[in-house]
Amino acid sequence: MTLLDASGIEVVYGPGCPQCVESTGDRAGTNQCHRCGSIVACADADIDVEAGEVLGVVGESGSGKSSLAEALALDRNSEATVDGEVRYAGYDGNLLDADYQTRHDLRTGEIALVHQHIRDGLELDVTGGGNVAEKLLAAGWRSYENVRERVRNLFEETEIPPARMDDPTGTYSGGMQRRVQIARALSTEPDLVVLDEPTTGLDVSVQARVLDTFRRVQREEGVAAIVVSHDLGVVRLLADRTLVMHHGRIVESGLTDRVMEDPHHEYTQTLINSVI
Amino acid sequence: MTVLSVEGLSKTFDMHVLGDTQVVGLDDVSFDVREGEFLAVVGESGSGKSSLLKCLYRTYDPTAGRVRYRGGDGEIDLASCGDRTVMNLRADAIGYAAQFLDEIPRVPAADVVARPLIEGGQPVARARERARELLSALRVPEELWDAYPATFSGGERQRVNLAQALAPKPGLLLLDEPTSALDPETRRAAIDLLDSYLGDSTTVVGVFHNSGVVEAVADRVVVLDDGQVRAVVPAAEYDGGGLG
Repeated sequence: MTLLDASGIEVVYGPGCPQCVESTGDRAGTNQCHRCGSIVACADADIDVEAGEVLGVVGESGSGKSSLAEALALDRNSEATVDGEVRYAGYDGNLLDADYQTRHDLRTGEIALVHQHIRDGLELDVTGGGNVAEKLLAAGWRSYENVRERVRNLFEETEIPPARMDDPTGTYSGGMQRRVQIARALSTEPDLVVLDEPTTGLDVSVQARVLDTFRRVQREEGVAAIVVSHDLGVVRLLADRTLVMHHGRIVESGLTDRVMEDPHHEYTQTLINSVI
Repeated sequence: MTVLSVEGLSKTFDMHVLGDTQVVGLDDVSFDVREGEFLAVVGESGSGKSSLLKCLYRTYDPTAGRVRYRGGDGEIDLASCGDRTVMNLRADAIGYAAQFLDEIPRVPAADVVARPLIEGGQPVARARERARELLSALRVPEELWDAYPATFSGGERQRVNLAQALAPKPGLLLLDEPTSALDPETRRAAIDLLDSYLGDSTTVVGVFHNSGVVEAVADRVVVLDDGQVRAVVPAAEYDGGGLG
């Protein structure tokens, strides 16, 4: 079953002009429009995700991965103009044009975004438990006991010591904060989780733990995911299929092992050959 | 019944980073595989053996040709079917063991082997039991079953890898030198397991360097040379081709 079906996604920072798309991209070798100076973070992006599937998005910094991920997660960005069409199973019409209520329902129920920057996703002076509970309350949970129980279960599932539940999130280690983000994302049992650079700022052993936790929960719950990372190892570990982005365009896509071992596009070949 | 018909399979790599050089991996390869058969693929290093398996598994996109696979749901061309069809086939019909274990951080050996069974819907307890039986049959020391394979020796890792690939008894199993790092005694244990564990419902296409293994397990042999099929012969007529 197709869960998310997006086509012609375009994210532009700046005034925008009729030449923006034409003058940028992989062939143009830049993501900046020569006429109006706008940054075309991504354009012409078509993506579909099936239920339970993990899609990887790789590319270097500035290739448009995060902008694309945010657009797909219906995350409003006041500085960018977002065009295209995002359809989601069970919802009518283009969700980029959806009203506040529909978007709120989707963001609290169906689609969860794990931000690259922890500060964008968590309130650090609120307790870890409170950060997760806040999402449950937004989704309509009302009983204190039920919320508390759910948060405790999520902490256990994502391997955060439940004893730390009532400590301020700012006192947690980086790996724990990342797991609070994942716990918060999974709290309302979404069908799709968008993870933006899930290992940023974590050392290797903590990375492995976060990824393994996510992988286990993702498979157990059968939740679909879009995993954005500049780290090919992360995507190789998690993703069934992978997209490669360069200068704001998807230059290649396919089965993850195929993209890694038989890369077709010149940029993908350079990327794969650059791994240390 | 023929389960796999490889017809004119070719693979060319366009190496953009080497100034658009073309490298030929496979050149017009054709052969059939019968249901339940054990087909060995032999040839010198660089003759295209691994490329062939990777094209069948779609880790490589074939450049030309067809791979007609007759599984449970009629016939599928593995060379051209969509990515999601490949994903579904990998989940329940086609298994692959690379020469080396592609390990997952922080997953113990027994869980590596049990995982495909659990994902295939088996109860966790039974999947773990099966994993332990396989590791035991491959003589992986019991104290390693709950350890992480990252610290294992090459031979131990290779056995975990083989156990993982065998566990679900896929309809079609692709093995890329699954015994290359094993000592003779362990290799014999692996051969015995291939023989006893896989029934007639599993068809195997395996790349082997060691002619002793080919003799012991294979029904027929495909000899590759420079990306082309030199001969397809019954295993009994295969003389090792100097591969010894």
